[in-house]
Amino acid sequence: MTHIKNLLSAGDVDRDFAIHLLDVAEGMSDVNDREIKKLPTLRGKTVVNLFFEDSTRTRISFELAAKRLSADVINFSAKGSSVSKGESLKDTAQTLEAMGADAVVIRHHASGAANVLAHSGWIQGAIVNAGDGTHEHPTQALLDAFTMRKRIHGNASSGKGLDGVKVAITGDVLHSRVARSNLLLLNTLGAEVHFVAPPTLLPANPANFNATLHYSLDQVIDIEKPDVVMMLRVQTERMTASYFPSEREYARIWGLNSDRLVRLKDTALVMHPGPMNRGLEIDAVSADSPRSTVLEQVANGVSVRMAVLFTLLSGERA
Amino acid sequence: MSANYVLKNATLADGSIADIAITGEKITAIGKSLEGSEVIDCSGLIALPGFVDLHTHLREPGFEQSETVLTGTQAAALGGFTAVHAMANTSPVADTAGVVEQVSSLGREAGYADVYPIGAVTVGLEGKQMAELGAMANSKAKVRVFSDDGKCVHDPLIMRRALEYVKAFDGVIAQHAQEPRLTEGAQMNEGAVSAELGLTGWPAVAEESIIARDVLLAEHVDSRIHVCHLSTAGSVEIVRWAKARGIKVTAEVTPHHLLLTDELVRSYDAVYKVNPPLRTQADVLALREALIDGTIDIIATDHAPHPIEAKDCEWPAAAFGMLGLETAAAIAQQVLIESGASSWERLAQVLSYNPAAIAGDQDSGQPIAVGAYANIALIDPKAVVVVSSESASKSNNSPYVGMTLPGRVKHTVYRGYFTVRDGNLAKVGKH
Repeated sequence: MTHIKNLLSAGDVDRDFAIHLLDVAEGMSDVNDREIKKLPTLRGKTVVNLFFEDSTRTRISFELAAKRLSADVINFSAKGSSVSKGESLKDTAQTLEAMGADAVVIRHHASGAANVLAHSGWIQGAIVNAGDGTHEHPTQALLDAFTMRKRIHGNASSGKGLDGVKVAITGDVLHSRVARSNLLLLNTLGAEVHFVAPPTLLPANPANFNATLHYSLDQVIDIEKPDVVMMLRVQTERMTASYFPSEREYARIWGLNSDRLVRLKDTALVMHPGPMNRGLEIDAVSADSPRSTVLEQVANGVSVRMAVLFTLLSGERA
Repeated sequence: MSANYVLKNATLADGSIADIAITGEKITAIGKSLEGSEVIDCSGLIALPGFVDLHTHLREPGFEQSETVLTGTQAAALGGFTAVHAMANTSPVADTAGVVEQVSSLGREAGYADVYPIGAVTVGLEGKQMAELGAMANSKAKVRVFSDDGKCVHDPLIMRRALEYVKAFDGVIAQHAQEPRLTEGAQMNEGAVSAELGLTGWPAVAEESIIARDVLLAEHVDSRIHVCHLSTAGSVEIVRWAKARGIKVTAEVTPHHLLLTDELVRSYDAVYKVNPPLRTQADVLALREALIDGTIDIIATDHAPHPIEAKDCEWPAAAFGMLGLETAAAIAQQVLIESGASSWERLAQVLSYNPAAIAGDQDSGQPIAVGAYANIALIDPKAVVVVSSESASKSNNSPYVGMTLPGRVKHTVYRGYFTVRDGNLAKVGKH
């Protein structure tokens, strides 16, 4: 197991370390079920949520995670970049360093921003990538893996990977940081990844993607019989840029609806990283069905982020 | 009259060894046992015609925090260059006789290299209305090369007219081939690596489709066309086809596209951000082969200085461009000589004769011969240099820092004046 200082990519964690993080998250999940949902572990540590891009959900998830570990939490919403003559990433980072941040959770609209922050020498604290452009969102992949493992193995989850689990990730793979991080982590944990999307929303050259690519969601459901169907959010800016003709056509061909839902195998899970466009990539019946793990994903996100912050900051060497 | 200098026992590009006598600005004798006021031992050094860069960003006027004509030509001298062609994307844009004459005059004042301004093809580089190409051609700067570099002349009708119009004064359009719609928001080569990194791709087809269109336009109107910084294997094929067909196309490749690939972008270090982007190893190999077989005519640096803050940031916020003047000859040596694939004669063609011929330069890029201007680069081919971050350029965005490259420019003689002697830059330029 290779310990890491920063969590920049889902590819940073090897199998043993990934399973260790998920196991720690199991423990955190127990804490979250208690009446007093708080551990003293990170008392005296400062965690900064540095958000260059609005994401209330991810920010409050990290905020709750840090607070339940008794860390001091600062939310820093920075607008702009050196392009727009706003505050530059460098100035912001150096400011946080001067204030003594032990960990910086960064969400940024630029792919690679977390890497730059970690390798620039501007800042000494641990860096957690909370989503960088269209690159990665590793804690999302961890919480998705946690959710799958919990549904599949229940209370016997600890120590297990996702070997042989067939996951169909459907939607805007090209621009999805959720898809990239899930690809890497699911491969590490032994799962089999299928991407389903219109050809315009797959990379032109997927040579380095260890996944099977499909254009038809119907064929994947009927032939591949996936254990998990993960629907990706369609961003509004794609709808006007000729990636597909119309929202209606997208929903018809690539949306998860009640007709497709009933053709899934009995044990199949329906996942979505949220926020959902109900009626576009997923209909209400699917989103609210017992197969749907959407709300579990939200709850598990806190446990997984607690596990990440705890493991990176406590100096724990397992 | 006694010679000012004799370069003793220099090795010429053809391998022969001779003394070169320099009197005033000219070469006055080549032979054995020549005498002069100062005799400089050049045993083991290769004497090449001073290099000519057809693609330099000197940034002045307007972006003096990045580079000036003085600092840019000092970097050029350290790289063995005695002439540079200064791109038009300054502020104000070099789209009038006034601006090109200013750049030309700054070059003379600096005295480190001949500075030939390149004129913009369209007013303000906006691609809409042809700039006063005739006025620039007829100015004291005698502009012959026109380019909107940094931007593509993408409107096919404007491109056709410009190709035709410059025939009136034997000018040439140097095209930055980049289809704008196919490269909106583009950050790096579109390929397997961009798919992983989540950076918007700059597809090869965006370059190749413009080159294909332009060679056909050039054929139709019987004009010359020069392709800037060709970067893909597909572009090589199109130029090869066009040349076989007799189309008057010339092509350049940058040192970085001959050496570096998009794998470097994995670091997200913006020093590797350049336009056109670093491509794949297959592209690098195709470009090298094309440079050697003559499909590509020249190496041009696309020396593009940027201040620290333009690179010390997240990738999408960073500026495109990298330094190139001081390392170009070493990379040419690596690709042509160390590989065993080509010759010093070819290196002289691609870094000196051919760029001068494309641009119509009269004083630069001439063979080392009696009566020619004494523009000479003397290279120690056996030196092995770890590239340092020190540079004569005002900027430090070199992607080669820390790399080991072959050869070293020991002396640069510019019109009979040592702009570089024993690797050291002259404190003042030639006056």
